[in-house]
Amino acid sequence: MHKEASIREPLILGDKSYHDITEDVCKPIENDAPKTWYLLVTITGLVALWGIGCILYLLGTGIGTWGLNKTVGWAWDITNFVWWVGIGHAGTLISAVLLLFRQKWRMAINRSAEAMTIFAVMMAAVFPGIHMGRIWVSYWVLPLPNQFGSLWVNFNSPLLWDVFAISTYFSVSLVFWYIGLIPDFATIRDRVTRPLTKKVYSILSFGWTGNAKAWNRFEIVSLVLAGLATPLVFSVHSIVSMDFATSIVPGWHTTIFPPYFVSGAVFSGFAMVLTLLLIMRKAMHLENYIHVKHVEYMNIVIIVTGSIVGVAYITELFISWYSGVEYEAYAFINRATGPYWWSYWSMMTCNVISPQLFWIKKLRRNLAFTFVLSLVVNIGMWFERFVIIVTSIHRDFIPSSWTMFHPTWVDIGVFIGTIGIFFFLFLLFARFFPVLALNELKSILKSSGENYKEGFGYGEGYWDSHAHEGGIEEKHD
Amino acid sequence: MADKVIYAMYDDDDVLKDGAKKLVGKGVHVADVYSPFPIHGIDPIIGVKHTRLGINAFLYGLTGTMLALFGIKYFMIQDWPMNIGGKPSFSMIENLPSFIPIVFEFTVLCAAHGMAITYLLRNKTLPGMPARNPDPRTTDDKFVMEVRVNENTQFSEKDLQAMIKETGIIEIEEREV
Repeated sequence: MHKEASIREPLILGDKSYHDITEDVCKPIENDAPKTWYLLVTITGLVALWGIGCILYLLGTGIGTWGLNKTVGWAWDITNFVWWVGIGHAGTLISAVLLLFRQKWRMAINRSAEAMTIFAVMMAAVFPGIHMGRIWVSYWVLPLPNQFGSLWVNFNSPLLWDVFAISTYFSVSLVFWYIGLIPDFATIRDRVTRPLTKKVYSILSFGWTGNAKAWNRFEIVSLVLAGLATPLVFSVHSIVSMDFATSIVPGWHTTIFPPYFVSGAVFSGFAMVLTLLLIMRKAMHLENYIHVKHVEYMNIVIIVTGSIVGVAYITELFISWYSGVEYEAYAFINRATGPYWWSYWSMMTCNVISPQLFWIKKLRRNLAFTFVLSLVVNIGMWFERFVIIVTSIHRDFIPSSWTMFHPTWVDIGVFIGTIGIFFFLFLLFARFFPVLALNELKSILKSSGENYKEGFGYGEGYWDSHAHEGGIEEKHD
Repeated sequence: MADKVIYAMYDDDDVLKDGAKKLVGKGVHVADVYSPFPIHGIDPIIGVKHTRLGINAFLYGLTGTMLALFGIKYFMIQDWPMNIGGKPSFSMIENLPSFIPIVFEFTVLCAAHGMAITYLLRNKTLPGMPARNPDPRTTDDKFVMEVRVNENTQFSEKDLQAMIKETGIIEIEEREV
């Protein structure tokens, strides 16, 4: 058994047994859903339908329904794309990078964070897809033999790198998530009694047995997938940033973009995880599994990544002056003092100043404050992408073509719609899937559970010396 | 010939591990262990060899790297060399830096999916497969040890049962397979 110092805060509170963990996670799936769930599903479902309607209208009518013009050719679509991809970075970071670092607190949050990742990447993929205009020829981005020559896609282009990066990231995250889900679906399969439900979970659990060899393979697959997913997480947002950084537009042509975007992605991803989990833990009574300590750890990640983002903003500003390139300098003066000053300063306030409040221990352990701040960070990160994209191009090299960007109802509708679809999918996940990684939580109960740490009333450290002598029968329930 | 299997159930992973150690020490062959989560340290006791899936993943990854390199060389250098923005594609080695991202992504894609598919096939876990754990509680909080009578012919069935019963079990069951 893996030992852990007794002064570390326990990760699983209360007097929990293995069976209690199963009960706590499976009960919400087996019981009828509460009324609020139906209410939320209806609301988000309607918003999702509205979004789908906007997308269909866009596809039927054309990109002209967006507010794009000849100067601002990229606006909300790419802003939303980068925002969603960024949010989609936390899940795999939590389950892969934290697995490599052996951070046990990840086990309570990785399942739902990865679900969030998958849904966020799906939402991200919507935007480049619909921006193509003729979505039915979107398979042209793949290197397929064709009748045009054969004319191949351009492997030198960051836009094609993005195609490969996003699709690899999405499919690998999905596989990683599902491989962890199989044993937990088996737990539900072996518990439920209704024939149809049993059939469904039986199919989902792929006939998992849980024998020694299967677990041996499971552990190595998790480890290797984590090892593969870790550089993948960093590569994906680096490549997203190269969509901008390899161009020669002042404000985009920056070598610090890859690390800057990656830390920004982790920053916004953790904020979204916090937004979702702080509601989920309350609604599903998981306070013993996702508690203040978990939130504090996540808030520490937010301080670190938020500070990196802050340093990146200021470095950009400094270099625009220090480089001596007047176009570069103007791009930044225009950001801070031009017609879009309000978006620049919202970004600065939300992303640089507000996370620094988490240096105060009281605040980073305060759940209500954390929830508000997570929303602030989400908003700030949307503004960051808007600032980078729109304010860099709306005043380009010829002043006669300077203009502003005004979103139309379709711009707004598609964005709101993807938020609706995202929350709709997450609600379905929370209703039908095991929201905590059961098998992983059970494996840390003895090292990080409050009851084991305190020795079941036998005093601290009792189970360290007695767990191997068959004394466990005395366990009280 | 019909075989008899003894399923001994435990309610704690450490008790099972100690029990398995004792039985193996006496020369009993433990066929398998079913548990709701991985029991660390059980594999060497009951003689489960370490999986070779890691090596598999490496080979799949290498396949991905090679496929991507050969593919890109054919598309970009041989079949239709493009001249975009005055940056022509005439030799693989000169263009290699800008091909690295896709080579990397494709390597990860092949390694991850290749390993995942091999994992599912080797575990015989595919959609619609029936559950094969001996007791539904083994996915909740119980741990089951499987001992096959045929593999332990040096002991009588009674002796086997008696030895197993000494290891802190909570239930024991014998089944014909």
